[in-house]
Amino acid sequence: MGLDIRIPIGAMFALLGAILAVFGIFADQAIYAKSLGINVNFWWGLVMLAFGIFMLVMAKRAKQN
Amino acid sequence: MQLTNVDWAVMAIYFVFVLGIGVWLKKSIKTSSDFFLSGRSIPAWITGLAFISANLGAQEVIGMGAQGAKYGIMTSHFYWLGAIPAMVFVGIFMMPFYYGSKVRSVPEYLKARFDEKTRGFNALTFAAMTVLSSGVSLYAMGLLLRELLGWDFDVSVWVAAVIVLVYIFLGGLTSAIYNEVLQFFLIVFGFLPLALLGLRDAGGWSGLKERLAGVATANGFEAGAWTESWQHLNSPTANPMGVEWFGMAMGLGFVLSFGYWCTDFLVVQRAMAADSMSAARRTPLIAAVPKMFFPFLVILPGMFAIALLHHLGPGGLDWPKAKDGSLNYDMAIPLMLGHYFPTGMLGIGLTALMASFMSGMAGNVTAFNTVWTYDIYQAYIYRNASDQHYLWVGRLATVFGILISIAAAYVATQFNNIMDLLQLVFAFVNAPLLATFLLGMFWKRATGHAAFAGLILGTIAAALQHAWTIPAGATSLIKGGWFAAIGQRLDISNPVFSIWHTYPSDMAQNFWKAIFAWTTCFVVTIVVSLFTKPREDRELVGLVYSLTEKPKDDAKTWYARPATLGVIVLVMCVVLNIIFW
Repeated sequence: MGLDIRIPIGAMFALLGAILAVFGIFADQAIYAKSLGINVNFWWGLVMLAFGIFMLVMAKRAKQN
Repeated sequence: MQLTNVDWAVMAIYFVFVLGIGVWLKKSIKTSSDFFLSGRSIPAWITGLAFISANLGAQEVIGMGAQGAKYGIMTSHFYWLGAIPAMVFVGIFMMPFYYGSKVRSVPEYLKARFDEKTRGFNALTFAAMTVLSSGVSLYAMGLLLRELLGWDFDVSVWVAAVIVLVYIFLGGLTSAIYNEVLQFFLIVFGFLPLALLGLRDAGGWSGLKERLAGVATANGFEAGAWTESWQHLNSPTANPMGVEWFGMAMGLGFVLSFGYWCTDFLVVQRAMAADSMSAARRTPLIAAVPKMFFPFLVILPGMFAIALLHHLGPGGLDWPKAKDGSLNYDMAIPLMLGHYFPTGMLGIGLTALMASFMSGMAGNVTAFNTVWTYDIYQAYIYRNASDQHYLWVGRLATVFGILISIAAAYVATQFNNIMDLLQLVFAFVNAPLLATFLLGMFWKRATGHAAFAGLILGTIAAALQHAWTIPAGATSLIKGGWFAAIGQRLDISNPVFSIWHTYPSDMAQNFWKAIFAWTTCFVVTIVVSLFTKPREDRELVGLVYSLTEKPKDDAKTWYARPATLGVIVLVMCVVLNIIFW
């Protein structure tokens, strides 16, 4: 259909994940009192980033075949 | 709830991607089939995720969270008793007729199988219902964003509507489906941390159970009423839902769930866009796998909220109240987002919430423009136009459908009762539909006159049940008891103008309404069929089970076979039922 949906999904999650993770490193740690002291921005950002990259890799592999 | 720049950035990025997909797909839309059916070219995993995402509207996310708080884990029956078995059934047994007969919509199947009037009735009510639901969804979103973030109602409604309009107008069903997949992942990633944090805070499932035992006993139920899904179904008074096992299994599990997942074009349309028969059949089966875990994303947060309220005491949690002073249960999920998510993650969570509103709305709009164009415009208004003409009509229908939705959202702000009443009427119309489809697909003797009569009388049966019964504690006439009210007004007292039965809850009344309507339609269709002339067998090939060649599995691997997949899904579903027994 002219567009592999994994590309926009991968790009969006990689971007959002990276933003969240970086923000998680630099933001005031006091905001994590809400999330039981866990830096959820950093960790969940990493998870989203990994998922985004995974989607992009899948799309690339599909293209090569 | 306060947002900071990072939350705004997350939202902005999401909107850019959603619109970008529409713009990108614009050039691949050349024919009406591209626009309405995605040219039947989409792989099963994508249609499968879109299949559940189209249904992940406001009602699903906000509503399931609310019910999780009100009824606890019993809410999972909507999934583990209702949706999952229904999705397996539609994939294995019904999809061969929808996809194989090459019809372009569910109403068109009724035309092919029965006759014009059955299709017309279904198409008109369905079209009206979809624009209305999308309007109600917009209204709910506007209300929620105002309550939560203080956003202007007009701005929220128009911005969301215009974004949905743009991406469907440009990319048609493909754009809606692709965005639904994006929204699906966003909803999972936005809500999963909430489930994890909430469980951790409560001390795991056992900790949550302990807290909810307090909620249950405070409400006069046994300690496990919020955390055990089957053990309290012996009598309607033993559980907060006010339902007993038969009404639950037959009403919700069979009639309502099968009715929705097997006959609603909103979801079936996604499977029809698949690239092969096997992919179309696998669509609902693939969808069923994530679907069965959705209770953990949408029901659990509601349970956290009510548990936390009980645990912290009335002052511990600032739970918004409804007009009558009771808890506004619809705020359960947003409340938990604000409670556990710091800024940043909060942006993701709120964007996921908006994504759910938009995917639900887009599902309605794409189903509407197809039914309008193929089943109303092409059938009754302008029959033999060029394909480009119908493509153009479809785009125009998208614009008008969304404008009507916006209008409906504003009507809802002024006259909420009108919306409730309209939804009630559509519930009457929908209740008998399943019987028509089951008889149409599996009994070749069923005739068009019979199907039409069954639908009309089934709808009337639903309305009569509503007029003669009432749920306990009902305060408005929307809830039923109409004849008694008329009798009171006219000062007549006889058995006709009275309440025949009082159900313990709205749910029980709904479930039994579905049972009455289905049974009426089923019996009437059979009886009338026996007195009317059947169609010849050769006309029904591809439309009825006994006259259609069984679809061969063209899948290469064992796990891609619909039957195998169906069995796996059902086993997983049974296991979940046992775990939360």
